[in-house]
Amino acid sequence: MYVYNDFDAAFVRNRVAQFRGQVERRINGSLTEDEFKPLRLMNGLYLQLHAYMLRVAVPYGTLNTAQMRQLAFIADKWDKGYGHFTTRQNIQYNWPALRDVPDMLDALADVGMHAIQTSGNTIRNVTADHFAGAAADEIEDPRPIAELLRQWSTDHPEFQFLPRKFKIAVTGAAADRAVTRAHDIGLVTVRNDAGDLGYKVIVGGGLGRTPMVGKVLRDFVAKPDLLAYCEAIVSVYNLLGRRDNKFKARIKITVHENGLEKIQELVEERFAAIRPDFTGHDQTLLAEIESAFTPPAFATKSTDGYEAARLANPAFRSWTDTNLAPHKAPGYAIVSISIKKHGATPGDATSGQMRAMADIAEKYGHGELRISHEQNVILPHVHKSDLPAVYAALRDADLATANIGLASDIIACPGMDYCALATARSIPIAQQIATRFDDLKIEHDIGPLKIKISGCINACGHHHVGHIGILGLDRAGVENYQITLGGDGTETTTIGERAGPGFSADDIIPAIERLVLGYLNLRRDADETFLQAYRRLGAAPFKDILYPREEKANAA
Amino acid sequence: MPRNFTPKVVTANALLEGDAVWLTDDDRWTRDISQAELITDEAHATLRLLEAQSRVAEIAGAYLADAKPGDNGPEPTHFREAFRTRGPSNYAHGKQAGL
Ligand code: SF4
Repeated sequence: MYVYNDFDAAFVRNRVAQFRGQVERRINGSLTEDEFKPLRLMNGLYLQLHAYMLRVAVPYGTLNTAQMRQLAFIADKWDKGYGHFTTRQNIQYNWPALRDVPDMLDALADVGMHAIQTSGNTIRNVTADHFAGAAADEIEDPRPIAELLRQWSTDHPEFQFLPRKFKIAVTGAAADRAVTRAHDIGLVTVRNDAGDLGYKVIVGGGLGRTPMVGKVLRDFVAKPDLLAYCEAIVSVYNLLGRRDNKFKARIKITVHENGLEKIQELVEERFAAIRPDFTGHDQTLLAEIESAFTPPAFATKSTDGYEAARLANPAFRSWTDTNLAPHKAPGYAIVSISIKKHGATPGDATSGQMRAMADIAEKYGHGELRISHEQNVILPHVHKSDLPAVYAALRDADLATANIGLASDIIACPGMDYCALATARSIPIAQQIATRFDDLKIEHDIGPLKIKISGCINACGHHHVGHIGILGLDRAGVENYQITLGGDGTETTTIGERAGPGFSADDIIPAIERLVLGYLNLRRDADETFLQAYRRLGAAPFKDILYPREEKANAA
Repeated sequence: MPRNFTPKVVTANALLEGDAVWLTDDDRWTRDISQAELITDEAHATLRLLEAQSRVAEIAGAYLADAKPGDNGPEPTHFREAFRTRGPSNYAHGKQAGL
């Protein structure tokens, strides 16, 4: 993977030193909070309900073992022994003290990490398919281009004060595991008819208050043109995007209000103007970056032991059924480690678990780890013959839950347990739903099901693209949960539809249970997933389950 | 006719630790809402908030939060403010850890 060069290292250290001075001036009172706030946000430091929160970028979700161990060290030394993985491939520390933050940033810099531009109206952490470099269906590893975009966007002088935050995601395969259609710019690696590599460029997707599926700005941008093309997009947005109304400032609204054609015209014009300035330095840099992402030396060995272990151990078999994905190298698998043990906080890993995952990656996974937007950790390259040992080690660390893609593999944002913007809690709802389905022992029968929960309209929990989405609201001083149905965050991205009136915190768990049990009666056969059944039948039968008729009659 | 004024407390986040604090009537910052000054007069509330906001080296983000009188002193009325007196619900961290 990419290792900081001298320039990167000096840049990050310099930022830490600057921030150290800013923190000192804040503490001695020479900076007010109004003056300090934009400075701390530029360095990923938020002030939440109970404490500060430091958001650290995991660029395109990739970590090496030294970095994972350092995240564990930071959690122990300056936090409460754990970290929270987010839907944008970041890790958040919920309890840092202000004085300690510069030291935490220095500790991150020691392993080539930072918290720059994890907040503010800038280009945020560039995310990518968490199976990048490993997936069987991949056209090209999207991480080199993501790294190029990271370097280009970091401290880009033109883009430090955009109308609003700006998120870019890249996927290297047709299957969209990076929710590219819900990003400001989504890049999908494609080949054109001539066989050349390039990107389908999607623009103006986003969730939040006004959810929108991104629109294709151009079907094919050749790889050498991509950086200039992205710069043209952000540059057009920077001038055209609204600054008078925060809720209308994202590029999705700019596209919506001006029309796709107008944006296309302006971007093409800007692209034509700036393309000649991209004289090839970016391509030289990209080639260097690409050489840092060469695949590991895959081993060729027998997988007999794996098959035998599957036959002998039903728990192992169940785990391999849910937590593995096809790898491009023969004999290999991609392992998803569930950070969603039933009843635990989605995305929270203890320092001990972080170290265990680093050890396992080092021993069996070519030293590579990934963070997924679904708040799980990935071992991208594991030979199948090592899977029994990996499984045993994961069990020892309480990390062997076999629920990837199932009802209890819930995305949940921090909600009102931490977040200052929240209108309701999301974590306890996720915990209770997972515990309930575990008690019922039916999630394997239910099959693929994505439940996503956000604690406010900002939709960090991606509820709009959950098959079942849950949005926590404040209704007259009481927590209330609204359900959306039929959302999808893949290459067939769909915004879920609101099912009807919300439920109280006590009623939401039984409502979800009713809904899912009802689906079992509605599906054509065991192979028809919740989403497929919803698409075939429409919302009506699902609404009838959620709002039984006698209740409707009583309410009327 | 003056509007009915809902009683308030002045609250903020402590500058160094970042946790919730409340202003007492003798100008201390307390971590226990029941020790806070319950303000029942709108003009006084505005004044106390301005005073609180000027203490830049101690706190951040001061605001007025609704509260009601309780047996031991002011109590929060909204669930968000109630959470701020305790901590998160997924771990026994924050203020509830000391109870
Ligand atoms: S969705 Fe709302 S509550 Fe949840 S993390 Fe985002 S801003 Fe906070």
